[in-house]
Amino acid sequence: MSAASVSPAATRARLAAIRVQLRPATAASLLVVAFLAVAVIAPSVLTSGSPTTIDLQHTLLSPSFSHVFGTDDAGRDLYTRAVYGARESLGIGLGATGLAMAIAILLGFAAGLARGIVDAVLTRILEVAFAFPVLLLALLLIAIRGPSVATEIVAVGIGSAPGYARMVRGQVLHVRQAGYIESAVALGHGRWVVIRQHLFPNAIRPLVAVMTLGVGQSIVWASGLAFLGLGVAPPSPEWGALLDAGRDSITTSPWLEIMPGLVIVLVALAVTSLGRTLQHRLEGAAR
Amino acid sequence: MTTAAEAADPAVPIPALSRAPSARSGVRAVRWGLVKLALAILVLVAAASVTFFAQLLVPGDRATTILNQQTGRAQLWSAADLAPVNHQFGFDRPLAVQYVDYVSGLFRGDLGTSYTQHKPVTEVIGAQIVPSLVLTVAALVTAWVLSLVVILVTVKRRRFVTAIGSTWEALTASLPPYWIGVVLLVVFAVELRVFPVIGGTGVAGTVLPVLTLALPLAGFLGQVTRDEFEKVLDQPFITTARTRGMSDTGVRLKHALRHSVLPAVTLSGWALGSLLSGAVIAENVFGRPGIGQVLVVAVNTRDVPTVSGIVLVVAGVYVIANLLVDLAYVLIDSRLRAS
Amino acid sequence: MTEVTASERVSLGTDPDVPLLAVENLRVSFGGHEVVRGISFTAHPGRCLAIVGESGSGKSVTARTLVGLTGSGAHVRADRIELDGIDLTTQSERTWRAIRGRDIGFVLQDALGSLDQLRRVGDEVAEPLRVHGWGTRASRSRKAIELLGSMGVPEPAVKARQRPYELSGGLRQRALIASAIALDPKLIVADEPTTALDVTVQAQVLDLLAEAKAHGTSIILISHDLSVVARLADEVAVMRDGEVVEHGPVHQVLRRPRHAYTQALLDAIPSEHTRGTRLSRGGNVPQRSRRPVDRGRPVLEARHLTKVYRGPDRVDRTVVDDVSFELFGGETLGIVGESGSGKTTTARIALSLLAPTSGEVLLHGESWSTLPPRRRRPLRKRIGVVYQDPLNSFDPRWSVGRITIDALTMGNRPPSSRAEARERAVRLLEQVGLGDQHFDAAPLRLSGGQRQRVAIARALAPEPEVIVCDEPVSALDVSIQAQVLDLLTDLQDELGVSYLFISHDLGVIHHMSDRILVMKDGQVVESGTADDVFRRPQHPYTQRLLTALPRLVPA
Repeated sequence: MSAASVSPAATRARLAAIRVQLRPATAASLLVVAFLAVAVIAPSVLTSGSPTTIDLQHTLLSPSFSHVFGTDDAGRDLYTRAVYGARESLGIGLGATGLAMAIAILLGFAAGLARGIVDAVLTRILEVAFAFPVLLLALLLIAIRGPSVATEIVAVGIGSAPGYARMVRGQVLHVRQAGYIESAVALGHGRWVVIRQHLFPNAIRPLVAVMTLGVGQSIVWASGLAFLGLGVAPPSPEWGALLDAGRDSITTSPWLEIMPGLVIVLVALAVTSLGRTLQHRLEGAAR
Repeated sequence: MTTAAEAADPAVPIPALSRAPSARSGVRAVRWGLVKLALAILVLVAAASVTFFAQLLVPGDRATTILNQQTGRAQLWSAADLAPVNHQFGFDRPLAVQYVDYVSGLFRGDLGTSYTQHKPVTEVIGAQIVPSLVLTVAALVTAWVLSLVVILVTVKRRRFVTAIGSTWEALTASLPPYWIGVVLLVVFAVELRVFPVIGGTGVAGTVLPVLTLALPLAGFLGQVTRDEFEKVLDQPFITTARTRGMSDTGVRLKHALRHSVLPAVTLSGWALGSLLSGAVIAENVFGRPGIGQVLVVAVNTRDVPTVSGIVLVVAGVYVIANLLVDLAYVLIDSRLRAS
Repeated sequence: MTEVTASERVSLGTDPDVPLLAVENLRVSFGGHEVVRGISFTAHPGRCLAIVGESGSGKSVTARTLVGLTGSGAHVRADRIELDGIDLTTQSERTWRAIRGRDIGFVLQDALGSLDQLRRVGDEVAEPLRVHGWGTRASRSRKAIELLGSMGVPEPAVKARQRPYELSGGLRQRALIASAIALDPKLIVADEPTTALDVTVQAQVLDLLAEAKAHGTSIILISHDLSVVARLADEVAVMRDGEVVEHGPVHQVLRRPRHAYTQALLDAIPSEHTRGTRLSRGGNVPQRSRRPVDRGRPVLEARHLTKVYRGPDRVDRTVVDDVSFELFGGETLGIVGESGSGKTTTARIALSLLAPTSGEVLLHGESWSTLPPRRRRPLRKRIGVVYQDPLNSFDPRWSVGRITIDALTMGNRPPSSRAEARERAVRLLEQVGLGDQHFDAAPLRLSGGQRQRVAIARALAPEPEVIVCDEPVSALDVSIQAQVLDLLTDLQDELGVSYLFISHDLGVIHHMSDRILVMKDGQVVESGTADDVFRRPQHPYTQRLLTALPRLVPA
């Protein structure tokens, strides 16, 4: 039997609960995510301009009706660039989170399921890795490999993995204590059946929410690296690259920094809010 | 927390703790301290091992990289050119010797030599660490004060007051520090001219960088504390306190606060390490001296020993901070002493 | 305002005929849903009023309303709530605070949760003194020690410096009561004060409250347990669905109840007198003749089980100490003991979920606990288990149907098709009093009794010969408990299954068991047939347990 055989009635009830509890914050977040999806799939729907058109007549214009985000030093429309940058930015965010989660699930489950010396060693390793802040670990990797998009994804992914791995381990240990694990053993199920049927799905479930939160965080980390000149380099319209490009004129043309930053903030907020809503819902369903 | 659960579980009998309290708990305290210290050293040695092997991972020959950096050229060097560099940095010794030397250097205050500046890494970092530490500690304190004020005013109040508090936390927690920095800089330094644009390390120049780091952390700590505070306010002992005639403010300050800061206290050690690396961005925005500038230059010039050195310093700060956190935790929650 | 209350308190007489508290037509609703529907009662000095009811009856809400802590979102109306001549319906929060802790003391259940774990016991006891500005810091801490001493706490000065988690459950409850009576209130409201306690401790706590009553304090006792009430109350009000269905002197309500609900509640209480009768549906109906116990080879046999745990301080603790028993076909063997007696550990060893330090368990005369896991697994279908908390024993993602089918597939005759699986699962659910309509339900949405029925269905599915029942009814209301116990008895008659029945409740054990083991500190102190153990107890511990047992009818 697979998870697909979860009863339709229960699913219907859950869907109904979601419909009823759609709060304004959730609605706004969904709107942001929808907008983001369009920007990724078909950016031309959201803007008629091109991200690379140089217009030396209109350089460094502050935000106005014709250029809602203003223009940069080459007269390129910042809004258009931000829309076209969505694909790469989101790709970096998803890639980094995916990598982090893969590492985290592997290490977290190994540490959570192992006993004795293996558990002790793995747990210690996770603890040590957790001692390194994400940004620092990422910088160390970039120092070794040199800046590039791939390094950025790997750096943010590896940097944030230990935190998630600790979470996964905690989750596994928590589920291992649950009464339904012992019940399954008492029914005569084997160790791997119990892990596959009960432990894995129940330990993984809350991570769906965490992963949603993680995408927002990854985008923020990646853009932070770019801000320091260590991520995707201009003239790419990737959001971090936009920040990098505007860094030298913070005091004279602040919108070059504030507007792309605002986009990142909105996306991060929306994703975080959705993640939290999801988390509360999953917790509610579990208890 | 495990202790509390075990103590509450009747199936696991706990010996009467009252029998020989002083002698046994004294021994326990010493043992607890030694274990913590050993773990701290273990973390540092592990961190040093990671950074040592990180240096080996640099693609290409290290001596070549160094010479290329020095001369600004990219070429193959003759063995005669490479030999003195290899000797100077000790690359000609066996790997095991290099490793032992590097890790033991940690306890001698020797973190290797910078590839670009040809000075000991400790010297390079030492010159810049103080302003960064000032910034970091000030940010941690500010974040705690901000989060506690918001929590005490807004937790479980009228619906919209609570909503304002939790929205504020969600908002600040997801703000990237560089963005807060830029906004603060533009508003308070460029437009309002309250603070200098290029701050330096004086008090006036420190305010905005501190806020840049403190705001997101305050939001994060606030979220953690709020969750806990709400849970604690539903506990029976809170109801009991109310049935004794205690006021709402009294209940919050005397009972709930102490319980609900525990998770945030646990996170503070991690937060301090994270702040120290986050300082890189704040220092960059405000042109403030500190290890941030050193770090960015070192990453750009691929001066791995310097980057590694900073990584180790941050790990050290994390370790010390965590020892303090453990101590604070035990002071607040004596249940841990029982274990 | 505070002063007014204080001075009026002095004028208070202890005439038992003048009510200290009068409540008329109290109504409480939450968001339009009325949970207390117009109840009236009075409390008198030196007397105890018990408000009895099952969960959801509104008794706890009533208790909290008496101290103005009904909770946010509650709408309280009453024609009259008067404490010692003061109208409580129109008081400000400020006045309420002056009354709480000084005029009314409140004792909650769950003393561990009701005391602040991070503070010293002494500070907790002295808190009402501090809040109401009584004495100095030093005199308050002296008074706290004095109060603890008067509650029979040994070494009160030492205990006052400890934290609540360092004290035993009984001492914690005493500390909580000490705190409630610190300012010598005229009224004590006690909400399930003995619920989580062992029977011997329960008796001591009830004695403390009786002592306060003898000194002229008025007590309102909230309880689900009619036998506890019998020990302390002068007057009983029985609540159901927010209404008082019967109200009168204790001997009349308990001996000659006039309302059918009270009668049903009384009938539902298992005890020595209810053996062989049904507890639910109208009472004292004799059961079908019971299937005789098969005294051939025991189906489950424990030989000299011992379990030793090494604590973090490297001191060994023997949790189970040389326990042996035999369980025959169709028989119920009860294990009774207080918390920490080792009964649950024994159950887990019997299930081979825990390896004994020494000794062994045999299933049908063959090795069971000593087998390697791989060889033990196929035998697990022969021994099932029902836990106290069924919800925790169900995977939260699974529906009732999936839980049942999963258990069916582990049995001797796994269903060969989806349709067969479903059909057999539904039949099984019907056997435990559920039905097709529950097949798709999530256990979370079921009531406590329904969940326990699902757990029983799951235990039965592989057609085991033995079911280990570990406190299976301890979390249930008495009427639901009655239904579940009846169900277990019916199933035994029908299927001939044996039960290893674990409970702390002497009444439940006596009602259910053919033979009984009494456990204390890991050892079996007494064993024998149910009637021998209960009527002619040999061991002093058993005798003490039985003396402490609250009874409806004095023994």
